[in-house]
Amino acid sequence: MKIRIQAEDLSFHYTDEEDNAISPEILKDLSLTLEAGSFVAVLGANGCGKSTFAKHMNGILIPTGGKMLIGEMDTADERYAYDIRQHVGMVFQNPDNQIVATIVEEDVAFGSENLGVPPEEIRQRVDDALKAVDMYAYRMHAPSQLSGGQKQRVAIAGIIAMRPSCIVLDEPTAMLDPKGRQEIMKTIRMLNQEYGITIVLITHYMEEAVQADRVIVMGDGNVLLDDVPEEVFSHVEEMKQAGLDVPQVTELVYELQKSGVQLDSRIITEEACTKALLELFA
Amino acid sequence: MAVIEVKDLTYRYGIGTPFEKTAVDHVQLTIPTGAYVGIIGHTGSGKSTLIQHLNGLLQPTEGTVMLDGKDIWADKAEMRQVRFRVGLVFQYPEYQIFEETVFRDIAFGPKNMGLSEDEIHARVKEIAGIVGISDDMLEHSPFLLSGGQKRRVAIAGVMAMRPEVLILDEPTAGLDPRGREEILCEIDLYRKKTGATILLVSHSMEDVARHAEHILVMNKGSVFCYDTVQRVFSRAGELQKIGLAVPQITRVCAALRQNGLAIDENIYTVEQAKEQLLKLLRQKGVNRGC
Repeated sequence: MKIRIQAEDLSFHYTDEEDNAISPEILKDLSLTLEAGSFVAVLGANGCGKSTFAKHMNGILIPTGGKMLIGEMDTADERYAYDIRQHVGMVFQNPDNQIVATIVEEDVAFGSENLGVPPEEIRQRVDDALKAVDMYAYRMHAPSQLSGGQKQRVAIAGIIAMRPSCIVLDEPTAMLDPKGRQEIMKTIRMLNQEYGITIVLITHYMEEAVQADRVIVMGDGNVLLDDVPEEVFSHVEEMKQAGLDVPQVTELVYELQKSGVQLDSRIITEEACTKALLELFA
Repeated sequence: MAVIEVKDLTYRYGIGTPFEKTAVDHVQLTIPTGAYVGIIGHTGSGKSTLIQHLNGLLQPTEGTVMLDGKDIWADKAEMRQVRFRVGLVFQYPEYQIFEETVFRDIAFGPKNMGLSEDEIHARVKEIAGIVGISDDMLEHSPFLLSGGQKRRVAIAGVMAMRPEVLILDEPTAGLDPRGREEILCEIDLYRKKTGATILLVSHSMEDVARHAEHILVMNKGSVFCYDTVQRVFSRAGELQKIGLAVPQITRVCAALRQNGLAIDENIYTVEQAKEQLLKLLRQKGVNRGC
């Protein structure tokens, strides 16, 4: 199912039992629309509100002002809680905190079991999901025997088995080594391209963000930049001010431009950079 | 002078069980006093096992670890001193914070060393200054701080023991780019002020390239190479073959060279690439002028 995610003037602060604010405003009148089937990367310094925003997308947090809509469903309406969580799955940073069962395939089945999916269908969904993330061969393993990247893929499989229309990943590669990171990025791109699942990827790695269709840079509870990656990363100074980085190739191009060399500032990949530099010397 | 010398170190675990594994395999290593060594390698390459030997958390199955020319296992009564002299900061050290105030958490190590109250106070203040913890923050509960600040408190707790050798296992994991750079600069500052030897385990080639002077590459429990940053990155092709990512800029320069551009082999920072390219562009401009 194709579902659009929409934040309308979304504000959030933490409250105590009597609804008194006990934190500053973490999200401030944030308005955003995430189109069905898109691959969006969200960047921002620690504390900018990006994880808080992510937790609004499947109703873990409810706005204190404005609205969060998943399709037509308002996350503030408790009747939709189950539907929303089936539609929007979350994957967190630490794989060890997300694994609940002692056998891989039982872990993958956990979410679907809670949704009340009939057993025969769960069997099918679990097999499909494990094949999708290339972990089928490990279905009878104990999760403790897996590497970090493999555990994250198992966590993703558990979400896929729930047949979501969107997966929100909050720094899924932060605890992984370069190989594990590549595995996860490959899986994410495949889910987006072949299954049409909307991907929201929160990350600190610029080389991951350049793979998205759209990059949203958050700062101080709102959107600072929102565009295709080539445009966002061409704002080198603004990115650095936001405590972020740009890919090394973009920084090189920017530095060369400052020294008077004529180059396109929308360079974000190694291939484009190599090509542009070779043309200079042609 | 070598502060740490590892001789023929082998570590096996699960001996006698079907899970027996050699995590570190006949490693020889000399760390000169005051060096800054970046340690890189895959998950499972043996780097964490190796560093846990350097302050005696693990005992070698075979071989010896020498600190200032003395086998650290020669006299078990001395081990406590070894642990003060070689400080180890684990991954995600903020999970080990437990005290009621930031001050007390940083003071925990020095207190265990049996230092006087005045000395403890002076050390906590000094280290707090190095890692950018303000005076009023010292009286806060560490649990109210942000993740990046908690990480600093945890690192400060090890620095406050003023170890001669400071080993950090991925101190920047999970931080944003600014937070990463700040922590690395604070480590540089600690080194400058104390002359300590630094061993930094990292998955980020870019970070290692900017801050370390030597790189130790571990692969399958053995030393794959151990040399200056420049010479290690000049072997970019081999590193990629064993599945390690060299800095993006190094890969671009390699591609340029393959396409006939006379650019240096061992470029690993953006500044180096910029200088080289500007130089080449000037040369080309001159040629054109002739």
